[in-house]
Amino acid sequence: MAEYETHEHEVIVIGAGGAGLRAAIEASAQGANTALICKSLLGKAHTVMAEGGIAAALGNVWPEDNWKVHFRDTMRGGKLLNHWRMAQLHAQEAPARVLELEEWGALFDRTKDGRILQRDFGGHRYARLAHVGDRTGLEMIRTLQQHAVHKGITVYMECTLVGLLKDGDRIAGAFGYWRESGKFVVYKAKAVILATGGIGKAWEFTSNSWEYTGDGVAMAMEAGADLIDMECYQFHPTGMVWPHSVRGILVTEGVRGDGGVLRNSQGRRFMFDYIPEFFKKETADTEAEADRWYEDKKNNRRPPELLPRDEVARAINAEVKAGRGSPHGGVFLDIATRRDAETIKRRLPSMYHQFKELADVDITTTPMEIGPTAHYMNGGVRVDGEGSATAVPGLFAAGEVAGGLHGANRLGGNSLSDLLVFGRRAGLAAAEYARGARSPTLDTARLDTLAKETLAPFDAGGTENPYTLHQELQKTMQSDVGIIRVQSELDRAVAKIAELRQRLKRVRVEGHRQFNPGWHLALDLRSLLICAEAVARAASERKESRGGHAREDFPKPDPKFAKVNMVVRRRGDGLTVTQEPIAEMPAELKSLLEG
Amino acid sequence: MAQMATLEVWRGDASGGSLRPYRVPFEEGMVLLDVIHVLQATQAGDLAVRWNCKAGKCGSCSAEVNGKPRLMCMTRMSSLDTSVPITIAPLKTFPVLRDLVTDVSFNFEMAKRVPAFKPGPRPPEGYRMMQEDIDRPQEFHKCIECFLCQNVCHVIRDHDENKQHFAGPRLFVRYAALEMHPLDTNDRRALLKDKMGLGMCNITKCCTEVCPENIRITDNAIIPLKERVADEFYDPLKMAWRKVTGKDSKSG
Repeated sequence: MAEYETHEHEVIVIGAGGAGLRAAIEASAQGANTALICKSLLGKAHTVMAEGGIAAALGNVWPEDNWKVHFRDTMRGGKLLNHWRMAQLHAQEAPARVLELEEWGALFDRTKDGRILQRDFGGHRYARLAHVGDRTGLEMIRTLQQHAVHKGITVYMECTLVGLLKDGDRIAGAFGYWRESGKFVVYKAKAVILATGGIGKAWEFTSNSWEYTGDGVAMAMEAGADLIDMECYQFHPTGMVWPHSVRGILVTEGVRGDGGVLRNSQGRRFMFDYIPEFFKKETADTEAEADRWYEDKKNNRRPPELLPRDEVARAINAEVKAGRGSPHGGVFLDIATRRDAETIKRRLPSMYHQFKELADVDITTTPMEIGPTAHYMNGGVRVDGEGSATAVPGLFAAGEVAGGLHGANRLGGNSLSDLLVFGRRAGLAAAEYARGARSPTLDTARLDTLAKETLAPFDAGGTENPYTLHQELQKTMQSDVGIIRVQSELDRAVAKIAELRQRLKRVRVEGHRQFNPGWHLALDLRSLLICAEAVARAASERKESRGGHAREDFPKPDPKFAKVNMVVRRRGDGLTVTQEPIAEMPAELKSLLEG
Repeated sequence: MAQMATLEVWRGDASGGSLRPYRVPFEEGMVLLDVIHVLQATQAGDLAVRWNCKAGKCGSCSAEVNGKPRLMCMTRMSSLDTSVPITIAPLKTFPVLRDLVTDVSFNFEMAKRVPAFKPGPRPPEGYRMMQEDIDRPQEFHKCIECFLCQNVCHVIRDHDENKQHFAGPRLFVRYAALEMHPLDTNDRRALLKDKMGLGMCNITKCCTEVCPENIRITDNAIIPLKERVADEFYDPLKMAWRKVTGKDSKSG
């Protein structure tokens, strides 16, 4: 019998980024006894890294803006693979969620008449992102964190969960360990909300921190939930490329939103060469028109630098491949020649700081070298459109871990709004579910199994180093499941992942259970390998190019795949991928997509 | 071309420990946290260290480098003299848990005691705030909670007993952000004076010097808070009024 402490709550929320915090606040406000559990200290989750802003059709800068335009932009950005009901709710509710943050103390940058200022971003027709310079995520997480603390919500910090518990078909809680002591802990709960974020640590060049190992995705699938759109992983076009050790760190899209342009080694604004048919009607084809757009959106079309992220990332990739890249394998992002130094420092203070400190580059005088970086899981755990319920009774998912809203590609700014809108909805739904549910019974045999598996890396006899296994996975995903895919490389990646799963069984960590990063990584790798396999397998099945998923061997979108999601499920020890039709969109929403 | 550095890393736990030397290769452009990661991956898999964003935005990887508190992710190797050993120790003000990880729960406990933001009623057309009125609290909102300011504050660095009744610079920045928030209606001045030890700060500015976000903690947060407290409680006219009426100046 394993030893563990037990905590009982009606609702537990796993993950304390924007979605988890917002979910916990809502569940608690509904009267459910709620606890929030996070891998790091409170306030350190990846939401803190979000820079550009929160997309919400407040209409403060452009009164023409409204939820219908936001819905249209989101669906078109996602190449219509999106769950249309989620996209509708998201666009409708985002403004109220932003105003609510203000009521909880957030201080957004202001318009001249004292309202919330909004900035331009890729794929959004109007300036739509509520922001605070380029540190919007910090403002959001701090506001939610402080609000949650004042509401007296129980927070368990530095606690990693490794498995969900069930009572029959329904959820019963979760099992994990304290990072600090290595001791086991069991949370008994009627409802569980996953808000664990993404899987960015599967790639070598990533904007994500150590936490993004797909624990929630893997736990959900193991419990019987479905994954969708895993092949549509997002590579953000602009990550740092130099120095090598900071490669992948995010450079906000706000640089382009505020006037920055992309140039190749010949100084050409190459994005004009990459305007796809789908966006031709709304994209400027001369530099003069593109530059006028910042001031006059009615009579001009948007600059091609502000095409959706998938388009920009692929264009950069193609320029570098064609030999027109920057010295360190990226391209140039130039705001120095476009805006005065004072404006740059005021609008983009943390970018200024980041390049100065980490790369000795003054972005007010010198162009930045940037290139694509693994950034965001567009897909994830499949949820219903209304309340983020998964296929497992009592299990909910919100934020990056949940799939559907973003379809094949997420627009910048739609993540922070997603966290707020669906964090709240998950909290509401989980609290309501918990009200009608009886207290679950825990399966002690399952607890013993989980405990045994969790301690396995300490067993003598293993030879594999977890850090080495992780590096090999990252190299494979980077080279074979990157921005542009091809069947032979995807097959090679699937084989390599299978090999790594075998080798992980022989992993060996040194030391003891107290705050041992090597052990933690060995456990995180199990989740990460499952997620990596789901991406590679789904990518193999989608034999076309759409949004974040691009195939060299199938370079065009194929109407046959336009109406299906790739659904990944667990079957025994392995995964299956099936194509499932997307629900038909109602006519009144369809009519919003044109124009 | 890889160069070599000698890192003397504090290894141990609450029961004790010592600096242990490691020879670690590093490359151009690396920051100290990268070298710590190389060390973890190749020689010390169980070396305990907190980190998240690796870009100076989350405030997790604070440590004392050659005796100076800083973020390891923002400490470039080129800024350190690698011809001599580099010492890396945990923050001194907080109890060690293991290696470079300390128990920073003091800060979270103090945060629970901050009276919440309390805005006035929302007008039908929404709140309006002018940018110039929020510039200062926005400066305070830049805080990444790395707790370097708490670590260097001598009121608690060498006097553990003061932690019971001293909030520390990080929390003073938070109080200042609330007190200067245009929409807030709470009054935290008595609490600052009586329970949070605002008067114990003797403005040596150590906190300001280590702030990686360059928040002018002493000048812009602590001194204005002290002035507000002095204005409320030590104004001779108000003191006389209270004596005569037995009421405080606000309710009076």
